[in-house]
Amino acid sequence: MGYVAVKGGTQAIEEAIKRLKYERLHKEQVLETGQIEAGMRGLIDQVMSESSLYNEKLAALAIKQAEGNPEEAVFLLRAYRSTLPRKHCSQIIESEDMKVERRISASFKDIPGGQILGAATDYTHRLLDFNLMNETEKTVKEWLSAYAIENSSIEELMNGPELVLPKVLDYLRKEGLIPPLENNDAEPDDVTRESLEFPSSRSQRLQILTRGETGAVTSLAYAVIRGYGALHPTVGELRVGSLPIYVGHPNEEGSDEDEYYIGNIKATEAEMLMPFMAEKEKGSKELEFEIGYGLCFGQNETKAIAMGILDNCLEHPDNSFPSHNEEFVLLHIDSVESTGFISHLKMPHYVTFQSKLDSVRKTKGKTEEREEVRSI
Amino acid sequence: MTEFEVPVLSIKNLNKQFGPGCDHCRNPEPMALIKNYCSVCGTVYACRDVSFDVYPGEVLGIVGESGSGKSTLMQCLYFDQETTSGEGYISSYQNGLKNLFEESSQQKRYIRNHLMGKVYQNPLLGLKIDFSSIGNIAEKLIAAGSRNVGMMEARGSELLSKVNIPVHRRKEAPKNFSGGMQQRVQIAKALSNQPPILLLDEVTTGLDLSVQASVLDLIKSLQREMNISIVLVSHDLGVIRMLADRTLVMLEGQVIEQGLTDQILEDPQAPFTQSLVHSLL
Amino acid sequence: MNTAYNFAFFDEGSKREIRRATLKAIAIPGYQVPFASREMPIGRGWGTGGLQLTLSLIGKEDVLKVIDQGSDESVNAVSIKKLVSDTTGVQITDHTSRATIIQSRHRIPEVPLNKDQILVLQVPLPEPLRYFEPSEHETKKLHAEKEYSGAWLMLFEQIMKYGSMTTGADHPVMVHDRYVMAPSPIPRFDNSKMNENEALILLGAGREKKIYAVPPFTKIVSLDFEDYPFEGESFDGKCCRLCGSEGVFLDELIDEATGETYYQCNDTSYCCEILNEVEKAGVN
Repeated sequence: MGYVAVKGGTQAIEEAIKRLKYERLHKEQVLETGQIEAGMRGLIDQVMSESSLYNEKLAALAIKQAEGNPEEAVFLLRAYRSTLPRKHCSQIIESEDMKVERRISASFKDIPGGQILGAATDYTHRLLDFNLMNETEKTVKEWLSAYAIENSSIEELMNGPELVLPKVLDYLRKEGLIPPLENNDAEPDDVTRESLEFPSSRSQRLQILTRGETGAVTSLAYAVIRGYGALHPTVGELRVGSLPIYVGHPNEEGSDEDEYYIGNIKATEAEMLMPFMAEKEKGSKELEFEIGYGLCFGQNETKAIAMGILDNCLEHPDNSFPSHNEEFVLLHIDSVESTGFISHLKMPHYVTFQSKLDSVRKTKGKTEEREEVRSI
Repeated sequence: MTEFEVPVLSIKNLNKQFGPGCDHCRNPEPMALIKNYCSVCGTVYACRDVSFDVYPGEVLGIVGESGSGKSTLMQCLYFDQETTSGEGYISSYQNGLKNLFEESSQQKRYIRNHLMGKVYQNPLLGLKIDFSSIGNIAEKLIAAGSRNVGMMEARGSELLSKVNIPVHRRKEAPKNFSGGMQQRVQIAKALSNQPPILLLDEVTTGLDLSVQASVLDLIKSLQREMNISIVLVSHDLGVIRMLADRTLVMLEGQVIEQGLTDQILEDPQAPFTQSLVHSLL
Repeated sequence: MNTAYNFAFFDEGSKREIRRATLKAIAIPGYQVPFASREMPIGRGWGTGGLQLTLSLIGKEDVLKVIDQGSDESVNAVSIKKLVSDTTGVQITDHTSRATIIQSRHRIPEVPLNKDQILVLQVPLPEPLRYFEPSEHETKKLHAEKEYSGAWLMLFEQIMKYGSMTTGADHPVMVHDRYVMAPSPIPRFDNSKMNENEALILLGAGREKKIYAVPPFTKIVSLDFEDYPFEGESFDGKCCRLCGSEGVFLDELIDEATGETYYQCNDTSYCCEILNEVEKAGVN
């Protein structure tokens, strides 16, 4: 009778949990979290970004426990995040201060500071490298020392780059191609402390987008540029690097003297340029650029770009495209919410189904009656 | 004073603007605006100081070119748009003493549901296109407080046959219907709670000529039979001539001329009205 | 007890915040109060709204009962009980009358509740107007203006199409003559139990981030029409094969051997209690 016999459900569940553990262990290999941290940078970054919790060690643990399933790993971290009290808020981070590892612009060839390709898969051929099957510690070390000789400044590589570069968009602002913007120092709304209400604020939208499930954010942005949207974006600047985080002294607010440096986070920032017709005085129109903004934890370039596209879409509500509808986008891209609701369909629905069955039977009787009435 | 002389609906100094306005266009100088548009801040003055009364059983026509503010006026009357300023009174609502435009949105809902009906140019705005036709009519009846399925079904069927929709198609959704049929379902819906006031916004625009004629005939006969007051907006003087007892002419957001329809047609005063009448002939 | 986590999982700040939303919900019966729903260690859609309510309310003296579609032993009920008891160490019971907090998915127990109990219902879709109007922004306005034609219209359409109202579970109700509310997917059979109930009923939707409440002795009326009155599921002439109860919600089962349909109490702990009483009476 399946799992809801009058008694005995508890035991069946215990066994199912054991079975899950068995699946993880039965090949008798212990996967160390250190290995995950070292070798699964892409997955770690994706999981940290979607769970909005920046901690490589915990992400590695979650990935291990989830057997590499990102949906499950994000779920574990989000649930853990719910138990953490909020002790401090960071100072405002200026992304100009990013120590850049990679920085490109698709709009301008000659940008101040130059294009820095950095570590990216964009320029590789996606051919399976069968040598990796036989990679040994020895071959790794040999390669590393050869690389060190080639790059005599390996020290710098190991200590992290110290390159701070001006932003491409500032250059455009000076040229007058983007309207100047005032800093908006309003306290952002926090979607994890206060539930989202519509119409949403920009800070709420950006938070939901950056926490969004990578595939979902990408798919919606893809739909926008493919035709189900009204945007034609260009990457103004994409940068990957580390951002320093400072917190203020808890008791002495406002004094810069008492800022404490608490560490770096690696982040990807995308500033997308969208041409649009601006209405000027006296009804004349001018072509101008607008900006869509994307920022995520870790190196998640596709997601950051997609986020930039969706940010701009939501600034311009348009009911003819779901991607320009804030309720449609923001309520459906969260990994924990979407996977949770889809998977809840596996739960028993015996009562609800019984209830529906009763209605179906009732209507059968009724429609027959009505047919008879009609035939008379 | 006889009851006949009390207007069902009375609108006083209604204004509606889109945009914030600026020092330049708030200036009462007549030359401050280009038509009804401020060239400095881009504000559009869609309705300017519009006043009129509608009497029981009367059909009031409002004619004007597109952009003259007549549809905006209709939207304000049905609370689809907030008015910028002005007053409105309905004789059967609070003895005609409360300004409609200052009521709470809950009260506005009540007025729409109980005292008014509206037929939109675009049936998508007036109908739930996926719900059954009878359901569409029931929606208005439910909103007006009915909770009896048999009564609503009977009333809905009666109205549908009145507007020449075969009763056996009552459970079909209007999305399966032609434009003319959709418009007739809308009319049936708007009439379902026997409102004292019916608003018709370009109801025949976009329909074939023969269909137009049948819809107009229908409105005329229903109006006579039920003695409802109608405010009818159209850019087409032909429609106005056929239905309206009295007519307002709107241009650039203002009422430039008003009078008995015959009088407007025979002896137009304003140059705009004259050219409009000439184009009809 | 799992001491790596806080008592009742959350930090105290989070619990206070949820309780504040709960108090507001009690003050405005049937009104959906938005709250900052947390991610929980169980799936979104698996009762996280109910679980957050339970965890924010539970104290060391409480006795908890969790049921899922009537069963104390269903997978999800077991999983929720385990999580709460791991993080709080409170007593767990199957007996409805012994519990102080009863978290339930889609059923109200057969044993009448009393004033010292809180019933927490898990809600998948809190918005009764959602199928009529997909936009949250719009439905909020409809509630504010008490514009509920849509709720009745959906029922009217069902009658037109099928000859009767075909809502299965989750038949909408009017709370205290003001708000139309989704009672959560309890069967229609249970709707009447909500009316003037002695216990406090709290409803939590985790994924949709809403909390709402039916305070004790609140008037609850299921939506219907004069000539099509609301009807619960009927089990006329049927009784439980195990305990013989009538007038309770029954599961319909099929005997694998004979292929015959038989019925059994859906509320399993109620069924056990009746059986025990019968046995006791027999022994004495």
